Amino acid sequence: MSATARPPEGGAPSLGYPDRWQRRSTREALVQWLWLAGCALAAAWSVSSLDIEWAFFQDAHEQAADLLERMWPPRWSYLPRILEPMLDTIHIATLGTMIAVTLSLPVAFLAARNTTANGFTWMIGRAILVGSRSINTVIWGLVFVAIFGPGAVAGVFAVAARSVGFVAKLVAEAIEEVDAGQIEAVRATGAGTLQTWWVAILPQVLPVLVGTTVYRWDINVRESSVLGFVGAGGIGLLLYASINSFAWDQVLVVLLAILAVVFASEAFSAWVRGRIS
Amino acid sequence: MTVAADRARGGTSRYPDTWRPLGMFGGPDRRLAFWVLVLAYVVWAVSDLDVDWARVGRGLPRALDMLARMMPPAVGDRWHLLVNGMLESMQMAIASSIAGMALAIPLGIAAASNLSPRPLYLAARGLIVVGRSFHEILIAIFFVKLFGFGAVAGLLTLAFSSAIFLAKMLAEDIENMKPGPVEAVRASGASFGQVVAFAVAPQVLVKTLGVFIYRLDANLRHSTVIGIVGAGGIGGSLSAAFSRYDYDFASAILLAIAAVVAVGEWFSDWSRRKLR
Repeated sequence: MSATARPPEGGAPSLGYPDRWQRRSTREALVQWLWLAGCALAAAWSVSSLDIEWAFFQDAHEQAADLLERMWPPRWSYLPRILEPMLDTIHIATLGTMIAVTLSLPVAFLAARNTTANGFTWMIGRAILVGSRSINTVIWGLVFVAIFGPGAVAGVFAVAARSVGFVAKLVAEAIEEVDAGQIEAVRATGAGTLQTWWVAILPQVLPVLVGTTVYRWDINVRESSVLGFVGAGGIGLLLYASINSFAWDQVLVVLLAILAVVFASEAFSAWVRGRIS
Repeated sequence: MTVAADRARGGTSRYPDTWRPLGMFGGPDRRLAFWVLVLAYVVWAVSDLDVDWARVGRGLPRALDMLARMMPPAVGDRWHLLVNGMLESMQMAIASSIAGMALAIPLGIAAASNLSPRPLYLAARGLIVVGRSFHEILIAIFFVKLFGFGAVAGLLTLAFSSAIFLAKMLAEDIENMKPGPVEAVRASGASFGQVVAFAVAPQVLVKTLGVFIYRLDANLRHSTVIGIVGAGGIGGSLSAAFSRYDYDFASAILLAIAAVVAVGEWFSDWSRRKLR
């Protein structure tokens, strides 16, 4: 896409424009290349200090072929055995989300600047948000398995612990952006703090609360499919057992089942969110 | 005339005496039905889960005991485990985000319906939909099987899932861009590569950078868990500490993860605000 611009016949004096069109000036191009080089260096540093055993790369394709061969055909007779754990997985996600939503409302009011009591309570609210969100569901699973023992209860609490921060953060942001006029109007009728929250703020953040809840539920279905790896119930338990016994044809059946459930939950979540907005 | 005065005269006012806030269900019957359904679900789900209540009941004292043993967090002579594990997680996050971005550019263009031919579009979308459905840990298992235990498996897992995620966001951005610049550049006789470089890239660059930084932060979170299945990083040490009941070291690792993730999130929010 380069066109050389010839000066018209008769030779008007050159105005100092370049002959070729360039998108960036030399300086801009240099800065851009420096950014790219920086990224490449960061990647190179990260990879080089990871102690990578390159020998493993040599037989990776053989391993892949071996894996596929052992997976096919899927052992469909395993399907009836995984229906119950699959249902448990959905229960873990749903019950965990329910607990999380219940707990996230007070936390959200605590962590929103316009409803929290003072700087100290705001800090508490924020600390709960950061603590809950920065630890992954599976790690929460490790913690709750140590407390409640292996089983679905640990999974429910792990899902709840991670989701509280997620839901509360988004609801708190919504609370900070509510229409102040409605709060004033309700307060002017003599309503107390709780009445103001219930009548003036909650209805305004309800769409965000419902949307976030359904969205998080959908993520939680995916997360609870692996909670069994740390002993926190659900389909992950059977998947882990199948992998450890190298029953790859069973693994494929479980993976297909997870895929089906995740698709269904995603479609449901998108449908509900579509109806709200 | 007030309602009370109307009533006093024997009239029947159409208005209620007290005001009630509007519900979200559109009527008391529907509200009741909703809560009955929720309650019924909870009862069914809990009874379906085969909970060992006696064991759960012992949970509270155990939690207190665990908390007591977690405090204070102690590292002792295992600093190298903590520091190396954290460093490995961070390196996996950085390298995999960059590799994921590099892979996401062709995949994202292939998955944009306005740029790519129909069969390629469907194939790319199919890959994205299937890839997104599996949790990182499930993907990590396969890479561990292919490449053995260690950071390579983790790196490839995160690179794969970031590529899928970034490609999806990129494809959506490309589909939502203005068609004008593309037509203008195409009209000047540009090749496909030139169209991408001069008409598409300038329109999606800023948003894609924002998504990339978000993904860097997300990879940092994920890199702390995939170690549980042997894919490198701090997750392996954490899982081992829990299974050895080494709670004071576990709490030190948890605090380190929370601190690094919080700093990562702060950096991600800050730089995305700067980008806008």
